[in-house]
Order: sequence, then C-alpha cells, then structure tokens
Amino acid sequence: MAFTLYSLIQTAILCVNAVAVLHEERFLSKIGWGADQGIGGFGDEPGIKAQLMNLIRSVRTVMRVPLIIVNSICIVLLLLFG
Amino acid sequence: MDVPHHGYRATKPRARAAPPSGDPLLFEDTSSSGPPMGHQGYYSSGYSMSGVGGGVGNSGMNELFTDPMANAAVMYGSSLATQGKDMVNKEISRFMSVNKLKYFFAVDTKYVMKKLLLLMFPYTHQDWEVRYHRDTPFTPRHDVNAPDLYIPTMAFITYILLAGMALGIQKRFSPEVLGLCASTALVWVIIEVLVMLLGLYLLTVHSDLSTFDLIAYSGYKYVGMIFTVLCGLLFGSDGYFIALAWSSCALMFFIVRSLRMKILSSFPPDSVGTAASAKPRMRLYITVATAAFQPIIIYWLTAHLVR
Repeated sequence: MAFTLYSLIQTAILCVNAVAVLHEERFLSKIGWGADQGIGGFGDEPGIKAQLMNLIRSVRTVMRVPLIIVNSICIVLLLLFG
Repeated sequence: MDVPHHGYRATKPRARAAPPSGDPLLFEDTSSSGPPMGHQGYYSSGYSMSGVGGGVGNSGMNELFTDPMANAAVMYGSSLATQGKDMVNKEISRFMSVNKLKYFFAVDTKYVMKKLLLLMFPYTHQDWEVRYHRDTPFTPRHDVNAPDLYIPTMAFITYILLAGMALGIQKRFSPEVLGLCASTALVWVIIEVLVMLLGLYLLTVHSDLSTFDLIAYSGYKYVGMIFTVLCGLLFGSDGYFIALAWSSCALMFFIVRSLRMKILSSFPPDSVGTAASAKPRMRLYITVATAAFQPIIIYWLTAHLVR
C-alpha cells in the first residue's frame, strides 16, 4: 500500500464526515448510544462505551462548521480538477 | 558575503541576553566563556577575508565600514531579520509549544550511543524508570530512559535514503518512488500515533505520555528498519530475515518495558478497586498490541526493498 499525504487527508475527511452524519435521535438513541444515555455513576471511571459516546458527541459538535467549509472546498476542487 | 554574516552576529548578543525561559537543564550554558573568544576569532577572520585594515579589534562592528550607507543597511537588515524571526516564532508557538519540542532535541553523543545500543540490545538494561527533576522529566542528556525526537528524525531520514539506495541497486529507482516511500512511512507513523492516542483516550489512561512522546516511541522502529535493510542488502535474504527477527524482538522488548512504566502503573487516584480488575488487562492489551504492531510494520515497509 503506497500512501500519499493526499490519501491521508482524503481518509481523514471521509472518516470525520462519517462520524458527523450519525444522527442523534434517529439512530444513536435507537441503538443505545445516545448522548443522554451514557452518564454513569460519578465517582466511577467511565467505561469504554461511555468514552466512545462522548467522543462521537464531541466530534459532531466541534467539527460541524469546519466540515461544512472543508467539504465545500473539496467539492469545488474536485469539480474543477477532477 | 560578509554583510549578512556580521548582521547575524549583531543579533547574537541580543538573543543571549534573554535567558531561556526557566529551564536551566535544557541546554548547558556555554555562553559565559564562549563569545569573547568566538567573536574575536570571527572578526579577525572576517577582517582578513575582506581586507579591511586590521587593528580595529573588537570595539564593535559599527566602525567596520567606513561607508555610513552600508552601515545603515547592515542595521536595517539585522532589524528586519529579528522582526521576521519574532513573527515566525509567534506563529509557530500558537500551534505547538516550542519549549516542549526543544526538550526532545536536547541530546548529546553519549546519549545517542547508549540509546542506539539500548534499542538493539535491551535485555541487560536494569532500570527503566524515567527520572524526574522537580516534576519535569530529565532531559535526554541526563537520563538514558527519556524519549527524544532526534534519533527518530535522523533514523527516518536515513531510512528514506537507504530505501532509495536499495531501489537503485535493484534498478527500480526514480525520484517519485523516493517521495512515495517517504510519505508512506510518514503516514504509517501518523496512523500509529492516532490509534495509540485513541486507545489511550478510550481506556482513560491518565499517563503523562504526550503526543511527542508517542511520536518518539513510534519513531524508534526506524532504527530497527535501517539495521534490517542493511543486513538484507549485505547478506541477502537470509540475513534479512535474521535481522528482522532480531530487531523485532529487541524492539518489542524495548517498547513493552518502556511503556509498562508509563501505562500500566499510572492508576487514577480514586480507583477503590471496583473497576480495577478490568483496567490492568486492557492496559496490558494495548501495550502488547503496540509491541506486536512493530514487527508487522517493519516487515511491511522493508520487504519490498530486499527482494
């Protein structure tokens, strides 16, 4: 597998897009990964599932606006340069 | 040719007047006895080069040029250079703290020799603890267990050059292949560091492994790769597999012993014992997975070079 930096950027954009499209109420709550279902006890260490839910929620919140910008740039560039 | 040099020298005393921010261990201060002799020697060689009359001594470089215009140009150039340097520093320090990076490059020859020996033969080393000094870790100069970024960087560049040479021996060389090899290796390092960061975050391991530490530990495998490729080139396919086995075992041992101190023994302060049973197992898994990943990637990145 020969990677270039361009393919790394492509992979990163695709993965972050994939995490951002997971809808909160239609999908994540249905499979028990909603944002309000992860709060365990307070003194206890959060398990892996809680950390993962936290991560998905924070990625969706933080990357929403930058992803709009980056996706628009990608669309324009791919239309122009193939 | 002389003007920029003297402009550079003019900024040096100003830079030395402000001491490095608070860390006396980072670099030894050799500036106390250095500059007078250094400057004098430089000025005298500069004089002999440019042919300006000698005997001016080191009374300051303003009397160097008799022409006031050239004088003004030198001062302007040096002030521009300082401004540019400050601006670049400010921009870079917004993304990563340069001081933290400087810590990783504070190495000396003795450390590099010992660390290379440790990477190739870690079985006799007894004490794997990173020693601390008033709660910052010791610089690599004072502690052989501290991670550094000098060896990984140099090993990475050496690996790229060696890959070019190996491909040239097989008559498959072209400049694009070199760039491809370099970016492939870089991407694998980035992937490994990201996966490790993700793993450490998911398991809530509160260790003091920063991103640079992980880059350092992930870059140590390039030393093994260089050794493997060299043996493969010199001794053929058998030598390649023997060297691969040797450097894989040494590297796995090194990674497990180094990360064991950091990952497995950094328990959160309030674990009363309820969740303690699951955690050490997961931490062990992540340490072993990191170690097991090294031979795979060494084989993957070097097999095509030694056909």
